[in-house]
Amino acid sequence: MVARANASHIGGALSMADLLAVLYSGVLNIRPQDPYWNSRDRFILSKGHSCTSLYATLALKNFFQIQQLESYGKDGSQLMSHISHHVPGVEFSTGSLGHGLPFGCGKALAAKRTGADWRTFVMLSDGELDEGSNWEAILFAPQHKLDNLVAIVDYNKIQSLGSVADVMELDPLADKFRAFRWGVKEIDGHDHDAIHEALATLPFQVGKPSCLIAHTIKGKGVDFMENKLQWHYSSPKPDQLAEALRQIEMGGK
Amino acid sequence: MRTAFIQELILQARKNPKIFLVVGDLGFSVVEPFAKEFPDRFLNAGVAEQNMTGVAAGLASEGFHVFTYSIANFPILRCLEQVRNDVCYHNLPVTVVSVGAGMAYGNLGYSHHAVQDLAIMRTLPNITVFSPADPGETRECVQWLSLNPRPSYLRIGKAGEPDLHGVRGIFDGPLRVCEGRPDVAIVATGSVLKLAIDFASTQAPEKRPSVFSMPLIKPLQKEIKSTLQGFQRIIALEEHVSEGGLFAALCEILTNSSIIHSCSIPEKIKNEVGSQDYLRNQAKLKEMLNRIYKLIS
Repeated sequence: MVARANASHIGGALSMADLLAVLYSGVLNIRPQDPYWNSRDRFILSKGHSCTSLYATLALKNFFQIQQLESYGKDGSQLMSHISHHVPGVEFSTGSLGHGLPFGCGKALAAKRTGADWRTFVMLSDGELDEGSNWEAILFAPQHKLDNLVAIVDYNKIQSLGSVADVMELDPLADKFRAFRWGVKEIDGHDHDAIHEALATLPFQVGKPSCLIAHTIKGKGVDFMENKLQWHYSSPKPDQLAEALRQIEMGGK
Repeated sequence: MRTAFIQELILQARKNPKIFLVVGDLGFSVVEPFAKEFPDRFLNAGVAEQNMTGVAAGLASEGFHVFTYSIANFPILRCLEQVRNDVCYHNLPVTVVSVGAGMAYGNLGYSHHAVQDLAIMRTLPNITVFSPADPGETRECVQWLSLNPRPSYLRIGKAGEPDLHGVRGIFDGPLRVCEGRPDVAIVATGSVLKLAIDFASTQAPEKRPSVFSMPLIKPLQKEIKSTLQGFQRIIALEEHVSEGGLFAALCEILTNSSIIHSCSIPEKIKNEVGSQDYLRNQAKLKEMLNRIYKLIS
């Protein structure tokens, strides 16, 4: 998709791919044939630039036809290069960072106020934790005891113009969330068993919102993309695409 | 106007279980009756307008009609991107309520003067923009919004504004509040309408301009054209800079029929505070109105 559309952001799409795979294989309570089923869990992609792996996940779960992925980023396509709520299965359009968590807080609060038992999951990037709006929401969620809210941080340690450590260090990130009164777990974001186990019991702490810090690798699964800032921007050339697909298929076996 | 707003919102909330009020840690001695009667549909989001607006959009996406309430620029400019993307782009029923239109909070300083808001909010997609002139218009706006939940902006004054007229029908076009000449009209939006009415009352009957109130700033309706196109000269009076507000809106819709003059707040910022009336005097709104009227009469 990214190669065909000559698009960017493959690195961040790959870093959260394992998280999406587990979320959409039993964690999220969803009905692809009825995407707006009232009791579904709500999943919000706040790092909207990484949409390709979510579009692919939704297509594989039959929210829409897989052939539609070919139109990604093309003239007239619904699949824009930042996640779009016009696509079945997508709750919220993002693209500007720092919007998903406040919106997710609103949804979680709505569930609390109406006595509904569905949950809200928000996938965040590490770089977007620079945005003040996220910290407003991180203060807000525990204040209102939103234990039906789960924030997942795709902590791949690389943001737009450099490493997180060089641009705006987040560590100790888990301690920050704990200090803000969240229940926190840290895992390897590519270990499916660990992801599944972490999300099997929610909330992490009674009466608190949950934060899963997933340590990930930007460009995971393709050796020449892994941990390379370049793949926040570059689109794979045909030979790179072939090699990347070969490696990912190998990795899947 | 803020009292009329909250009283009407309470009346509507008794009938409409979707109405939800979110405040940005402001509204002391105003919002308490709502909070007391509807604790499950009230939220103080703290001093965090970006999160407040995102939360409002999230609540709205689950079926509530959310009113966000704060002072002047705080619920608009501080969180403009949330209003644009989260609310308007997603076409969600959130009404942004800004109290302190124009220079209503005059002596609190420039941070509290909402004089660019109409221009900015008017450019957003899917939004309906209201700028009522008095408590009666404010009530009618809230009644209409309750029946027609959508992305919307409600710009209201502060406290103690008098009712200026009893004409109703905010979607019927500009409201004719003073009869006068068929060729010259003053069209005002917001509580500064009082200046237009006072000005008209000082003119001899045969020289008196027609005066209209225009609480609905967007969408620009064909009724504006049908009501106003007979007037050769129109003065647009607003407590707002001339760019992008009422004057601009009238210029956009009355392209060929009328010559339109702007009577508005100068862009230049004066480094002094004062009451709303004092600052209106400093902005020379009355003198401007007099001068333009003499020129065109």
